[in-house]
Amino acid sequence: MLKQTEGSRAVAEAVALCRPEVICAYPISPQTHIVEALGEMVKVGALTPCEFINVESEFAAMSVAIGASAAGARSYTATASQGLLFMAEAVFNASGLGLPIVMTVANRAIGAPINIWNDHSDALSQRDCGWIQLFAETNQEALDLHIQAFRLGEELSLPIMVCMDGFILTHAYERVDIPTQAQVDAYLPRYEPRQVLDPLEPVSIGAMVGPEAFSEVRYLAHAKQMQALERMPEYAAEFKSVFGRDSGGLTHTYRADDAETIVVAMGSVLGTIKDVVDEMRDDGHKVGVFGITCFRPFPLAQVCAGLRGAKRVIVLEKSLAIGIGGILASNVRLALNNLGIDIYTVVAGLGGRAITKTSLHKLFRDAEQAKLEATTFLDLDWKAVNRQLDREKAKRRSGPIAENLLRDLGVVAAKIG
Amino acid sequence: MSFQPVKFYQTGTFTVGNRLLEPEQRSVQADAARANALNSGHRACQGCGEALGARYAIDAAMAAADGQLVAANATGCLEVFSTPYPETSWQIPWIHSLFGNAAAVATGIAAAMKVKGRSDVRVIAQGGDGGTTDIGFGCLSGMFERNDDVLYICYDNEAYMNTGVQRSSATPPTARTATTMAVGSAPGNAFGQGKNVPAIAMAHNIPYVATATVAELRDLEDKVTRAMAMHGARYIHILVPCPLGWGAASHDTIRLARLAKETGLFPVFEAKHGEVTAVSKIRKQVPVEDYLKLQKRFAHLFGKEPRLDVIAHLQSNADRNIRKFGLLETA
Repeated sequence: MLKQTEGSRAVAEAVALCRPEVICAYPISPQTHIVEALGEMVKVGALTPCEFINVESEFAAMSVAIGASAAGARSYTATASQGLLFMAEAVFNASGLGLPIVMTVANRAIGAPINIWNDHSDALSQRDCGWIQLFAETNQEALDLHIQAFRLGEELSLPIMVCMDGFILTHAYERVDIPTQAQVDAYLPRYEPRQVLDPLEPVSIGAMVGPEAFSEVRYLAHAKQMQALERMPEYAAEFKSVFGRDSGGLTHTYRADDAETIVVAMGSVLGTIKDVVDEMRDDGHKVGVFGITCFRPFPLAQVCAGLRGAKRVIVLEKSLAIGIGGILASNVRLALNNLGIDIYTVVAGLGGRAITKTSLHKLFRDAEQAKLEATTFLDLDWKAVNRQLDREKAKRRSGPIAENLLRDLGVVAAKIG
Repeated sequence: MSFQPVKFYQTGTFTVGNRLLEPEQRSVQADAARANALNSGHRACQGCGEALGARYAIDAAMAAADGQLVAANATGCLEVFSTPYPETSWQIPWIHSLFGNAAAVATGIAAAMKVKGRSDVRVIAQGGDGGTTDIGFGCLSGMFERNDDVLYICYDNEAYMNTGVQRSSATPPTARTATTMAVGSAPGNAFGQGKNVPAIAMAHNIPYVATATVAELRDLEDKVTRAMAMHGARYIHILVPCPLGWGAASHDTIRLARLAKETGLFPVFEAKHGEVTAVSKIRKQVPVEDYLKLQKRFAHLFGKEPRLDVIAHLQSNADRNIRKFGLLETA
């Protein structure tokens, strides 16, 4: 059914259609609307049987989900930013135990300085946590990926993060097609756990494992993620046959067939990039887009196949590995090893900084003319940066960095443009 | 003619000989059909109070739950000595997730059982004092506050024993640990307010809170059985001496647990909905020295120049417990 609704609401409805049995809720912007909507559905009896638990922290949220999932219940929670970091120990634990929890991450920056706006620092900080990580481009895709996530995660006994851009998607009202319960039931079978806490068949879960078997347990986790690379396209195809639309899969290309320049990105910024590419195509530029939906496991072969025909690749990412540069870019480089393609890392949109079409036009043209540095910080205010660096040179007690910058810029509230 | 009441238990204990009891009154542990939930073959140290306490507590819970029991275990000695891969001593469905989340994992299990209509399955969470009073405290308080249907059992050996005897918030004042060294003008752990988790549990107004020791195992079984008859958040805090960490002889585990109670240092009581409803009386108060001297962790108080001031301070703590809980048996 087509509906004009908020991204969070669309995700909540999709999750509800998946018949979750235990939902853990702890508030953190920008994911709150999702669990609020789910809580209401449980309370009015629209989503039943389901336990909605208000926990005291994100660490508890993931821990309750671990217990519920180990006891055989389909378990769901949502978080973002500091919340994801606060639950990090349990995040690794859930994947180590092989529990197919599904969690929405409403992507948001990590402090300090505290910042509630969107970038991908939170999810990418957990890139090696053993969870499958999917990134939605649109609200429709966010909705669809949740349905596919329960299917894939439960099949492989692996937890899945569905990442959607905070505010840009979570709070945007868009038209989405909400599937029927019958469609979701046809696609998503009942959860049959591989391991379950059941007095009829007692097992110990979570034993201490020493050097004699630890590598093997870890390898099996890796092997399962490799299996996910095969399953995701299959499940996306099956999804299309039931729901009638393309959604999910590992990667997507847009006008990239004959492209000399291909822009790689994840999440909602792909929309802006596609608009710019359309305009540049009209001007005769051979540019295309390569979107990555599945960041973990990282589809090395698909990325290589999709990009190997290009002369240059621009990886535009909302994340920064401080001390080295790009995170997504490092992964893309691995896929394009020794192919002789020029690869540019562009760090953009941190902490909600708008990524504008104007900036992207210039950026892509600079790349075409080989005027781009290997690592570029889009729209960085060099004046503000240098002023702070000078201040630190001049004075030992130069004061708190963020506050100095805000004073220099003369802004009292967040400026995102 | 004087009258001497006949008491069918050992002097100084409430341990009644099973032979004298009707079968239905005998201990769970005396029953050939006991669950042996924590089976033999585990790697606990000789004289481990925690292994003993866990065995009695979980078997009593199994009996009360008619075998329908699931346990979540915090990281710690109990977890490590019971389940080194690929072996396990647990005869019940058991999960270890993390150090600080046993209460929350148990909440999740209870929620799953509820949603699946398995109201017959009961849920226990268990951990040591570190996993309960320190790192797991947030999850514990959350579980209490929501009144989740979980019995949480803390096996308190008063320090982080698994990592090599470091101080926890349950370590008593003046005790030597690896991080509260017996040096300087105030050797051992500092005198502080202490973190009295049974009292904090009571402040959550949960249905049931009790303390127990491994010296009175029938009392422990009884309390577990009573707790299992209730629903909602329940908490039992068991003092379990640790020969290794306390620097005590393995054969003194029970004796130390008894002395902890009879000095008044560890009050044994029951509380319902935040109010104390019963206390285990002390027949004859034992001076704290008798308890302290058996343990090397307090040896620095009894050197060439005994720290009488410090011992007096500890004695005053014990006396305060006795007053507060009315622990002394009146003639």
